[in-house]
Amino acid sequence: MNVQLAERPLATVFPGPATALAPSKTKITARDVNVFYGEKHAIKDLSVDIPDRSVMSFIGPSGCGKSTFLRCINRMNDTIPICRVTGKIEIDGQDIYDPQLDPVQLRARVGMVFQKANPFPKSIYDNVAYGPRIHGMARTGTDLDQIVSESLEKAGLWNEVKDRLGDSGTSLSGGQQQRLCIARAIAVSPEVVLMDEPCSALDPIATAKIEELIDELRTNFCIVIVTHSMQQAARVSQRTAFFHLGVLVEEGPTEQIFSVPHDRRTQDYITGRFG
Amino acid sequence: MTDLVAPLTGFASRRLDTTSDGARARLRARYRAEARFRWLGVGALAVTAVFLVVLIADILVKGLPAFWQHHVVLDVPVAADVVDPEGKRTPEALRAGDYMGVARRALAAAMPGFEGRTARKQLNEILSSGAADELREAVSGNPGLVGQTVEARLLLSDNADLYLKGVETEIASAAGTKGMATPTGTAGEIKVLLSANDLAGTLASVKTALAVRAEALEDQANALEQSGRKGVEESIGELRAQAKALRGRHGNADAAETLDGTMPSRLIAINGGLVKITTLSSSEATGEALVPLASADDAKPGTWQIVTYETPEDSRNINDRSIAILETLRSQGRIERSFNTLFFTSGDSREPELAGIRGALVGSFLTLLVTIGLCLPIGVMAAIYLEEFAPKNRFTDFVEININNLAAVPSIVFGLLGLAVFLNFIGLPRSAPLVGGLVLALLVLPTIIIASRAALRAVPPSIREAALGVGASKQQAILHHVLPLAMPGIMTGTIIGMAHALGETAPLLLIGMVAFIVDVPKSFSEAATVLPVQIFLWSDLPEPAFQAKTAAAIIVLLAFLFLMNGTAIWLRRKFERRW
Repeated sequence: MNVQLAERPLATVFPGPATALAPSKTKITARDVNVFYGEKHAIKDLSVDIPDRSVMSFIGPSGCGKSTFLRCINRMNDTIPICRVTGKIEIDGQDIYDPQLDPVQLRARVGMVFQKANPFPKSIYDNVAYGPRIHGMARTGTDLDQIVSESLEKAGLWNEVKDRLGDSGTSLSGGQQQRLCIARAIAVSPEVVLMDEPCSALDPIATAKIEELIDELRTNFCIVIVTHSMQQAARVSQRTAFFHLGVLVEEGPTEQIFSVPHDRRTQDYITGRFG
Repeated sequence: MTDLVAPLTGFASRRLDTTSDGARARLRARYRAEARFRWLGVGALAVTAVFLVVLIADILVKGLPAFWQHHVVLDVPVAADVVDPEGKRTPEALRAGDYMGVARRALAAAMPGFEGRTARKQLNEILSSGAADELREAVSGNPGLVGQTVEARLLLSDNADLYLKGVETEIASAAGTKGMATPTGTAGEIKVLLSANDLAGTLASVKTALAVRAEALEDQANALEQSGRKGVEESIGELRAQAKALRGRHGNADAAETLDGTMPSRLIAINGGLVKITTLSSSEATGEALVPLASADDAKPGTWQIVTYETPEDSRNINDRSIAILETLRSQGRIERSFNTLFFTSGDSREPELAGIRGALVGSFLTLLVTIGLCLPIGVMAAIYLEEFAPKNRFTDFVEININNLAAVPSIVFGLLGLAVFLNFIGLPRSAPLVGGLVLALLVLPTIIIASRAALRAVPPSIREAALGVGASKQQAILHHVLPLAMPGIMTGTIIGMAHALGETAPLLLIGMVAFIVDVPKSFSEAATVLPVQIFLWSDLPEPAFQAKTAAAIIVLLAFLFLMNGTAIWLRRKFERRW
């Protein structure tokens, strides 16, 4: 269900950057996507367009399929043997479920940040350098140093760790670890960054930092974020999609979803009547 | 308000009662049960600890003395005509010389007065057959020593060594203070005449021993009589007659007594020699000079002693003469105790004092090298495949179940398999570390696969996802991230598996690693034995010195096992990670 709506002027109930940006060209197109876990029909006939250089958030109650769809975008679901995906997902017009396409290369183009910060138990430097190394993105050591420092700067972590790049990534605090994971994801210069509830294990201050970071990253990447916090969705995203029971109920500009939702279920969810 | 007065129903009626007597009794019973449970645990632990302590203490007590060894230190004239009769002076010629000959000559020179073949032979019995090996090495390495007199350590025989470690007999010694002692000769059968009744006490204790023995015989006769068996009347009569004779000797307090091998040995130390008493009265002793006397002069009161070797000669592994010789050498300060390096530098031998565990250690090392070289790569690769790549279907389930079953197969079955396949079918050499290693590899492989899989499974999936998320292939994710994190666990499992293999005996018996092998193996295909099999072989030998060697080898084996398990624990502690 792809709901395209004309934008309406809105009262600025929602602060933050949501009102700032005009919609840009579409990066990811999904058409009639169905996902099955064995017998379970996890996502039903999902179609959505995700614009480039902006943030789109997926909201909805637990088990509604938003993480499942997120993991379809970089074919992470391939690692689950019983998972089956039908339909079409395109990035820049290229079908990512094309048998010719190598999922490993796809994942270099579509980075991912997970719910729980999962730095490698290696040094901070090696965490960030790992991706560029395996993809041969740096010809010399100085190139690699530059990629690492740029990525850490973009992730807003450089000033905190520049003197201890040799320390273990796991020695950082929770928020720092999550920013390290973001730095690791963007070090391979992906086109899309998927974030699966990146702040669910963090305190409000660390969350604020990450949200700020997401807002900055959107100038370079197409970002898709799954979140349980509607405030977070309102703060960081330009467009929002509401999932319910494996169905994409409604999708549109964030202001509109949170102020004048078209669907009764969306209305009930954002006003806290369920979920 | 009606709710308050309404009778309790449903949940309200079932609310937990914590105040009544019944409730308190239940609580007390629960506390008692908990205390009982705790004490049962403590008890189980205590029993285990006691067993362990007893076991280790027993092995240490038996084995530790074997780490020391006794030598006699003598000035040995290295006569050129004996060690190098052809006068070549090359190391080969010098190595072939008769060093035992010079060693015996030196011993004879240090203990003068042993005339005749038998006496000489008994003197030489205290030396090991390898006594001159050290001297041989020294001289062949330094030909300049030929013709000179060298102070050399000569290894003592196993029984002499055991005696010097104090396991054979206690020695008591009392000075003869009352009278003058006069020997009638210096060697052979002599008499020692006393001017007072210094031997009265000795005689009395001999007579008492006779009475005790008579009593024992009578008890035996009574027991036989009461048993009511038929056809034993004759034996009973004999026993009674013997007892009566003993009683008679006991009753006649002043009559001379004859000593035999069933009684403690009594000797007179006089004029630098030792006379073993065979017949004694209160003021006269007849006996054999075990160590010849320096002279037949009178010995003043206080200068001679009555010596008792408490354990009867018949119950010992060493005879009176050897003890007498060793005691004399010891009083001359010629006995030296030192660390038993031979135990770690030589292979097996028929002579306990020459036997060492070097061959078994090297054999174990070579065998384990083959085992780990096969097991680690195969086990880890199998584990990675099963854990990370294998599709979940009936075939992999079947493989999994069988790997777990294989871990429980008795080890001797692997030995039979090795015998049938490696020796009989493939035709690999018998008794070789190569085959031993192959068989042990079969034995340890399931352990390593199971441990490795557990270690791989313990790596959180978030690490795999993180690697896949930045575009690593599955293989890269495993090799770069999962395997390094699983390595401590894999190493721990491997070391424990190796410790298991190190202690394994049964399968190696079947493939012929149980042979008596003197040479230290130099390659994987040479005949060899391993530590536990060496222990098994030694434990079977009759010489008491080998029992000590057995315990000593067990100590070495346990030390290696503790070391390996300690390493495993250390690895686990050092690299243990929590997510």
